Amino acid sequence: MTDVQAPAKPLVKVEGLTKLFPIGSGRFRAPDAHLHAVDGINFEIASGESLGLVGESGCGKSTTGRMLVRLMDPTEGSILLQDGDEMLDIAAIGKRDMLRFRRRVQMIFQDPFESLNPRRTVYDTVAEPLTVQRVGTVRERELRVARLLDLVGLAPADTFMFRYPHELSGGQRQRVAIARALVLDPTFVVADEPTSMLDVSIRISIMDLMLSLAEEFGVSYLYITHDLAVARYMCDRIAVMYLGKIVEITSTEELLSNPLHPYTKALLSAVPVPDPAYKRPDVLIKGGIAKAINPPPVCRFVDRCPMATDFCRTHDHPPLEEKSSQHFVACHLVESSAG
Amino acid sequence: MTDTRELSNDAPILDVRNLVMHYRTEKGDVSAIEDVSFSLKAGESFGLVGESGCGKTSVAMALLQLQAENAGFEGGEILLNGKDLLLMGPSEMRSHRWNDISMVFQGAMNAWNPVHKVGAQIKEAMDLHVKPQLSHSESRERIGQLFEMVGLDPKMMDRYPHEFSGGMRQRAVIAMALSCDPQIIIADEPTTALDVIVQDQILSELKKIQRDLGMSILYISHDIAVIAEVTDRMGVMYAGKMVETGPTIDIFHNPKHPYAFLLLSSTPSITGPRRKLAPLEGEPPNLLDPPDGCRFHPRCPFVTDQCRTEEPPLADIGAGHKVACWNWESVPPLSEGLRK
Repeated sequence: MTDVQAPAKPLVKVEGLTKLFPIGSGRFRAPDAHLHAVDGINFEIASGESLGLVGESGCGKSTTGRMLVRLMDPTEGSILLQDGDEMLDIAAIGKRDMLRFRRRVQMIFQDPFESLNPRRTVYDTVAEPLTVQRVGTVRERELRVARLLDLVGLAPADTFMFRYPHELSGGQRQRVAIARALVLDPTFVVADEPTSMLDVSIRISIMDLMLSLAEEFGVSYLYITHDLAVARYMCDRIAVMYLGKIVEITSTEELLSNPLHPYTKALLSAVPVPDPAYKRPDVLIKGGIAKAINPPPVCRFVDRCPMATDFCRTHDHPPLEEKSSQHFVACHLVESSAG
Repeated sequence: MTDTRELSNDAPILDVRNLVMHYRTEKGDVSAIEDVSFSLKAGESFGLVGESGCGKTSVAMALLQLQAENAGFEGGEILLNGKDLLLMGPSEMRSHRWNDISMVFQGAMNAWNPVHKVGAQIKEAMDLHVKPQLSHSESRERIGQLFEMVGLDPKMMDRYPHEFSGGMRQRAVIAMALSCDPQIIIADEPTTALDVIVQDQILSELKKIQRDLGMSILYISHDIAVIAEVTDRMGVMYAGKMVETGPTIDIFHNPKHPYAFLLLSSTPSITGPRRKLAPLEGEPPNLLDPPDGCRFHPRCPFVTDQCRTEEPPLADIGAGHKVACWNWESVPPLSEGLRK
């Protein structure tokens, strides 16, 4: 396995993480094939860092996020989370440790219209993790919820506490979801497209809120998005996924100024730029993303790659290697300049 | 309202003048479109941009006269080649709809009936609108041509929608919009649900078709980066009002309405320096009871007393660039502005 290292001591270390979905299986029937949603990925996230996970729909980014919070069980691989001095293996956690794990790791979902229970007030929603974890007295919980609502910009807190989701706008609902995710003071938050359902004008204030809370609480994010411009605004490093594999991972500015994988290059050239005078380079790849159902043992990108050679068509999917300092790429054709 | 510069050029094929449309609800009138004017010339593409609820889709529906039943027009006109759509009866409107003005619907996923073949659904539209009606083999031939034009294999016309990927469905929606050879296509969020690489393909396809057929396209989108790429002129809508309109390049490089200015300042980009973006505080108003004066004044950093009581007109500030703001001269250049 390639050693994909983040600077300093990692908070999260993912190794060989894999999720296969069986296809055509039934109670008495073995699956015909497997969809390789996430296929042996490795990465690390440092404490206080935010890592962006970008890619097209179906590339496995949400599946990765769901495994990291154990809403989905990995088929293989380990997810190590630093908890005090120990490393907790999230992938192997049993029921007993789940409660402890949930205090450390939380998730913010994409759609604030669906992620909040319409029958519960803002207070119920935000206080629920505290109740489940039996933190503090009722009075202490109230104070904690009020403080969180203040912090996420739902102030004054007592005017929002006893409202229901239908009384809130999309931006306000997402603020409630953020308050709920942070109420237990977690060290790691997985945010799955938290701003993609919001209007542009609301989007920046939610992103700024998440950035300032990261500083205040010392939280690390795995920020899942399809929007590279958003990833650039939010993240220190970016990992690009394609059909279940991470194909490139490096610091945000390095990725944007010096993309090395042909897929990253294509993705970057396809992003529209809010300037009519700017002429984007042509997007060299054709077609849409396929599905990785029992993929052949060659580079996942070979069919769409404008640079593919016979070597790529006959050799296994390339490993993620450090091609220049802290710049990891999975491509046979990228020369290494790292020592 | 139309300025002389526009009149001296070739006359617009679509001219929306001072359109006012309200939705009547139990709680009162929602003022969804309030005094909106813009025009579209032959071969031109015009972009309408704004956030959810600003009235941009209401405008599209009004242009096709497919507005909701509780919608009422309180004033203005929609001139298609000089004839007012608002004065037409249903059958006269039907002869223009799809033949002169058609639409690429938002959400290609839901635009198709899942139990009919895609080709049959396009044929249905053609049977209703093309006069004289084409024979079965003629329409199949026509659909084949349309599929080729939008980059689909003609054999796909005998397939069902679920056999199409998202991008292919959107291409088929475009083929359907082109089926009666319209002068104007309204593209309402044509690529919103699609990935960027597919979005790039669809937008290039639309640009190419527009060039080849000399059509006019009205793009409607919340994504200003898409509007920047595909339109010649544009209008920014806020809470049912047109707040700024003009050549796309002028608005992007020199926005003069505070809302347009803040919208552009709060859009992240993968190019240019990485910077702190200026957020737009507050939420859009409730259109059951819009604010007095300028509708943007409660959120505007340049607000003065005049803004709270008097509504600013959409005034020309030169070269076809119009702004509805009393204080447009205080809006700084985008490069400095409120950016930190």
